Amino acid sequence: MPKGMTELRHKYLRHHKKFPHVWCSGCGNGIVLGALIRAIERLKLKKDDIVLASGIGCSGRMPTYVDFNTVHTTHGRALTFATGIKLAKPSLNVIAVMGDGDATAIGGNHFIHAARRNLDLTAIIINNQIYGMTGGQASPTTPYGANSTTSSFSNIEHAFSIAELAVAAGASFVARGTVYHAAQLDKLIEKGIRKNGFSVVEIMSNCHVQFGRRNNMGDPVTMLNWFKEHAISKVNGSSIPPDSLDDNFTIGILADVDKPDYIAEYQKIRQMAKGK
Amino acid sequence: MVPELNGKKLLLQGNEAMVEGAIAAGCRFYAGYPITPASEISERMSYRLPQVDGTFIQMEDEISSLGAVIGASLAGVKSMTATSGPGFSLMQENLGYACMTEVPCVIVNVMRGGPSTGLPTSPAQGDVMQARWGTHGDHPIIVLSVASVSECFSIIVTAFNLSEKYRVPVIVLSDEVVAHSRETFTIPPADSIEVVDRIAPNVPPEWYKPYEDNSRGVPTMSSMGDGYRHHVTGLVHDADGFPTDKPEDIEAFTKRQFKKITNGFFEIQITKKFNLEDAEIVVIAYGSVARSARHAVAMARAQGIKAGLIQLVTIFPFPKNTVVNVMRQCKAVLVPEMNMGQISREVKRVNPGTTEVFKYNRIDGQLITPQEIFEEIQKI
Amino acid sequence: MDVDRFEIRLSGSGGQGIILASIILAEATGIFEGYHVSQTQSYGPEARGGKCKAEVVISSKQIDYPKAVQLDMMLSMNQASCDAYCFDFKPNGLLLVDSSLVEQVSTSRVVGLPFTEIAREVAGKDLVANIVALGVLGYLCPVLSIKSLEAALAARVPKGTKKMNSKALQAGIRAAEKFDMDSLPRSIIPDEEEEI
Repeated sequence: MPKGMTELRHKYLRHHKKFPHVWCSGCGNGIVLGALIRAIERLKLKKDDIVLASGIGCSGRMPTYVDFNTVHTTHGRALTFATGIKLAKPSLNVIAVMGDGDATAIGGNHFIHAARRNLDLTAIIINNQIYGMTGGQASPTTPYGANSTTSSFSNIEHAFSIAELAVAAGASFVARGTVYHAAQLDKLIEKGIRKNGFSVVEIMSNCHVQFGRRNNMGDPVTMLNWFKEHAISKVNGSSIPPDSLDDNFTIGILADVDKPDYIAEYQKIRQMAKGK
Repeated sequence: MVPELNGKKLLLQGNEAMVEGAIAAGCRFYAGYPITPASEISERMSYRLPQVDGTFIQMEDEISSLGAVIGASLAGVKSMTATSGPGFSLMQENLGYACMTEVPCVIVNVMRGGPSTGLPTSPAQGDVMQARWGTHGDHPIIVLSVASVSECFSIIVTAFNLSEKYRVPVIVLSDEVVAHSRETFTIPPADSIEVVDRIAPNVPPEWYKPYEDNSRGVPTMSSMGDGYRHHVTGLVHDADGFPTDKPEDIEAFTKRQFKKITNGFFEIQITKKFNLEDAEIVVIAYGSVARSARHAVAMARAQGIKAGLIQLVTIFPFPKNTVVNVMRQCKAVLVPEMNMGQISREVKRVNPGTTEVFKYNRIDGQLITPQEIFEEIQKI
Repeated sequence: MDVDRFEIRLSGSGGQGIILASIILAEATGIFEGYHVSQTQSYGPEARGGKCKAEVVISSKQIDYPKAVQLDMMLSMNQASCDAYCFDFKPNGLLLVDSSLVEQVSTSRVVGLPFTEIAREVAGKDLVANIVALGVLGYLCPVLSIKSLEAALAARVPKGTKKMNSKALQAGIRAAEKFDMDSLPRSIIPDEEEEI
């Protein structure tokens, strides 16, 4: 690790331009951003070669703060823009950062098709189980029985299992981590970026302001402790998705398979088209 | 080997000619979703783009299609998509993004009957106002229309050129008749086609302001990966590209959007004029209806009626000056359209008060015939 | 030959190859004969069945209105399409019908030949009835040489089917040769017929 953590972050942040940021103090997004920066530093990627795309929501603001080629797109559509960017310039490392509502509600269709298509993109999905920016409405990953501003009595829907969904849809690399397990997170993101093919890193993150406060976890420490106590490492066999405030869930690498990515396949199409 | 198409006489559909026009204009990325009557554009793109080292991708819907198109354009590749009404409705969200972020791209809407699923295999012109005002918020936009196979080629080239020059999405309205008609067409030699590219920044990266105003109101545009790292956002942004809520920044931003288009009226507003010199009754038409109108004007002339035609190639920004000048000299104007009257409203809006404006509308999925327009001219 | 809007309409049901026949006709006249042509079509959502119509306008000058205004020739491959689209004839307009599928016609200048039966005889398949019809149409069409039609056909049909299609075309031409055109009235307007 080069010198201090602060210095490392300053190498990548647009610190003189866009701070203070919009996130609440104690927000898990900062931990995710830190992990992303450390992963990129380890991979020794050039800033010019990195694209960070996002959708809408608190996670959507992340690209604003880092000195890459950054695109803050429309709600749920980060992967669609990322697809165009990657196909137009395959030399770029394209990372899409999304929230749970962003990636699996309004952008759910794009998400599963990106996984199926297996274009070499890295999808980082920050799952805080709530719509934070708009004021704590239930999202597709709000656990059964949890409270939100649109499930005032109790959430009667079940949570999407984002990582498991990605595995089923055909992603080459799928992992789940939490913001409590930050050291592991660095490695999961690093592996995701390194993987040639569609990679998904789902990150359980705390929104103590909009989610925790309504579910007896009104401060970041309580929420991080919840992650600490309920996350269990994947050993083998099946994984347990997070859909309950009481039960455990699995973290670690859920899938890592090798298959030709879209760009390699498309090169073959170009050869065929030219009659070679 | 890829066969050489330039200079060869071909029987092409309007949709197919659009693909050839796009490739001639430098388009190397296409993303789309199947929809009648635009699918032939996707089909030919999937065949032709890999031949020229371009990329075709079939996306999961029209929202993602335009998202991918904007992404590819941000990475420096000229891009387009094509759809019909239902898909065009889905595209309005990202169309607004392209306006807000000033990303050049071309969107073809092969119009069919609507609203909703409407009449998938029949022509209509009901999306004219949607093309102008479909996405939310105040925004200028360029909308062109095509009436023949040869225009499908040439106007797509124009669309790309204007899009690149003004950093604005350009919508090309076709319709089922033009899209599916086959006509003989010879693709001109590549060196005879004028191709305009966006202007890249020529300052050091640390000086680059991605949305800085200049005399044309069109900022230079870098491609991702070229060293000019910056932020692109659908939020209203300042000259540096970062979100802003300062009233003075917001106003300057929006006014520049309009200024850049207004500055270009002289070359953006394209019309074709037929028999206008002594015309007393002038037909104003666009798309396939303009073809009927040309025939009707010839019929009227044969009967000694002094009729003329303005074919609107550019629909928006509405070519007010041309229309007003003609209206000052003629006695009556007839606007035939395959809708309940969309451009006739524009014509009435710009009427200097000297001319009577008549409209003729057909909304039954059938192309307006020359005979019908001729009879309307006779009535006037 | 100077041509001012020679107009042909082809009709039938979806799957009979009406649109393909119209494309071959347009390529024969447009590319091989060098005229301006415009080929249009209207069809429903069905890939098979339903009514289907295609039109080809041939002219020495640029074509403004791309669809047919007054027909010089019309082909009808079934009764439903004949009923639906048989109108707008020029006085000397000619209707070609598949006599095995069309029983009632609304005009007097009619060439009825059993395209589908001929197709079955020469190629063993109904599939090429459209090409048989194209052979008849091409033979009777004054703005088109058989040579151009043959060239256009060869350029358009799939490789493995060239021989079968060529046979069908020739069978159509032979059938048309045998047809006694003098047996038809010269105009569909009775008065004109008398004047001549």
